[in-house]
Amino acid sequence: MADLALQNSGLSSSASVDRSRVLTRFKFGDATFKYVTLGSAVTVLILLGGVIIALFEGAMPAFRAFGIGFLWGQSWNPVTEKFGALAPIYGTIMTSFIAMLIAIPIGIGTAIFLTELCPPWLRRPIGTAIELLAGIPSIIYGIWGLFVFAPFLQSTVQPFLISLFGPIPVLNAVFAGPPYGIGILTAGLILAIMVLPFVASISRDVFETVPAVLKEAAYGLGCTRWEVVRSVIIPYTRVGIIGGVMLGLGRALGETMAVTFVIGNAHRISASILQPGTTISATIANEFTEAVGDVYTSSLVALGLILFVITFFVLAAARLLLLKIEKRTGG
Amino acid sequence: MDVAKNPAAYAKRKRASSIAMGLCIAAAGIGLGWLILILGTLLWEGFGGLSVAVFTENTPPPGSQGGLANAIVGSLVMTVLGTLFGTPLGILAGTYMAEYGRYGKLSMVIRFINDILLSAPSIVIGLFVYEIMVARMGHFSAWAGAVALAIIVVPVVVRTTEDMLNLVPNQLREAASALGLPRSVVIRKIAYRAAKAGMVTGVLLAVARISGETAPLLFTALNNQFWSTDLNAPMASLPAVIFQFALSPYKDWQALAWVGALIITFAVLALSITARTLASPRNQK
Repeated sequence: MADLALQNSGLSSSASVDRSRVLTRFKFGDATFKYVTLGSAVTVLILLGGVIIALFEGAMPAFRAFGIGFLWGQSWNPVTEKFGALAPIYGTIMTSFIAMLIAIPIGIGTAIFLTELCPPWLRRPIGTAIELLAGIPSIIYGIWGLFVFAPFLQSTVQPFLISLFGPIPVLNAVFAGPPYGIGILTAGLILAIMVLPFVASISRDVFETVPAVLKEAAYGLGCTRWEVVRSVIIPYTRVGIIGGVMLGLGRALGETMAVTFVIGNAHRISASILQPGTTISATIANEFTEAVGDVYTSSLVALGLILFVITFFVLAAARLLLLKIEKRTGG
Repeated sequence: MDVAKNPAAYAKRKRASSIAMGLCIAAAGIGLGWLILILGTLLWEGFGGLSVAVFTENTPPPGSQGGLANAIVGSLVMTVLGTLFGTPLGILAGTYMAEYGRYGKLSMVIRFINDILLSAPSIVIGLFVYEIMVARMGHFSAWAGAVALAIIVVPVVVRTTEDMLNLVPNQLREAASALGLPRSVVIRKIAYRAAKAGMVTGVLLAVARISGETAPLLFTALNNQFWSTDLNAPMASLPAVIFQFALSPYKDWQALAWVGALIITFAVLALSITARTLASPRNQK
């Protein structure tokens, strides 16, 4: 059985001593390789465990100093060493909310265009372009936001919003001036542009899982294109779309560089989304290397832990939903 | 039937469809247009600053001329090291999941965890490496930066290796086993060879991903104004320099930040396009 292997290994197969020695070596090599791969696989698991443990350990001094109240503490004062996570958490959720509000409809619209309307010869180039854009580093979006987008918003869009909503009771607080250019809204818009390719390409992938027969049957009944999209494609792929959206949300929550440039890094919660704010990741990126003292550093690590826990749950939910649709098409 | 009885209802449905489809086209237009706008600005702002000095001179103090040589080299060094650390681990882990434990519970758990690590916020990876390396060693270093990048490489490589090995037909493995080859040789000589193009693609995508990463480098490799190849000392990197220069009030620095951004974008796009051509079905035998 092993003759061929023996010849391959360049040893004479005449002596049975050699033969058994080579076989032992093969057996040993086989076992070694298996355990090395197993060890590497387990290392991946340990990595995640390690991240959680290391962050938890680093965050302990902050939680010891402020207790669980750290989560909703509003002050962030390096001088008196009083820290609370509410403002960054609020900023993270608010910017991601604005981002998803814009990226979901545009992303899904783009996906519908790609699968239903686009002429076939254009489908691949546009699809590839979207995937390539998903790979552009976030710092590029950040620098563009700072030098091009923020001044543009400051001079045109924001004054318009302020005057438009000025007389309306609740909205005038949400869009209260002055126009800084940078702030929560700007960060949300930049995030929307960043997340857009993710939402679009995942939605396109799940739309393509709809069996052609289903669509053809609906067209055969006389449905218009929009009716096919609304009553066949979207219901069929709902789980997958939600999964894709959650994946995009996970990105938006943890995104650092694009936001850090344009958020303004102000530790306060203002009713107006035109005002500067901060997010968890921007706070860490801006302050970590300058943080003096254990409590300050530890508070920043605690922020990181909170961010990790939030994104963990969002991403886990996304994966479970996407797994569901994969199973359906696979089985 | 309905059409004959009620042409108005039919026209209404048609109109609704046209409006909705028009909105979809507009969405695609907005999305693509916006992204093209960003790339256009990048070319416009960065191209003017591109010169030989950018690649030969170090980052200048404010107000004087200079280049990005130390940052480019720093980025290259840490990207190469990160890839060297992360790739073998990723390939071996992917091999276990595809070849030994394909349907096992352990593989399922690792697959799930790996997918989460794949999109975990990179700044958290930076914090993690800070806690385990920088805080213990007492100083920032290029090593720490490389390890942080390696942790980002691993999940990308695990994912593509596993996917590609799963695509290798089982008959190939069975034929090799029937000839008497041990399992490990089958994997290394047969399965790897058949999945090579896809695995290389995965590594290239991982390199593309880490070459633009900023957040994990900020408090691991930090930054360095000067030329340095000492792996135990802080090291400059293109993204970190862009971050510092773009947020500075100096015009020269801001111009260099645009040039750096242009270089990174081109490098990342070139890598992703190479990866894609490798992975396209035409090139797979």
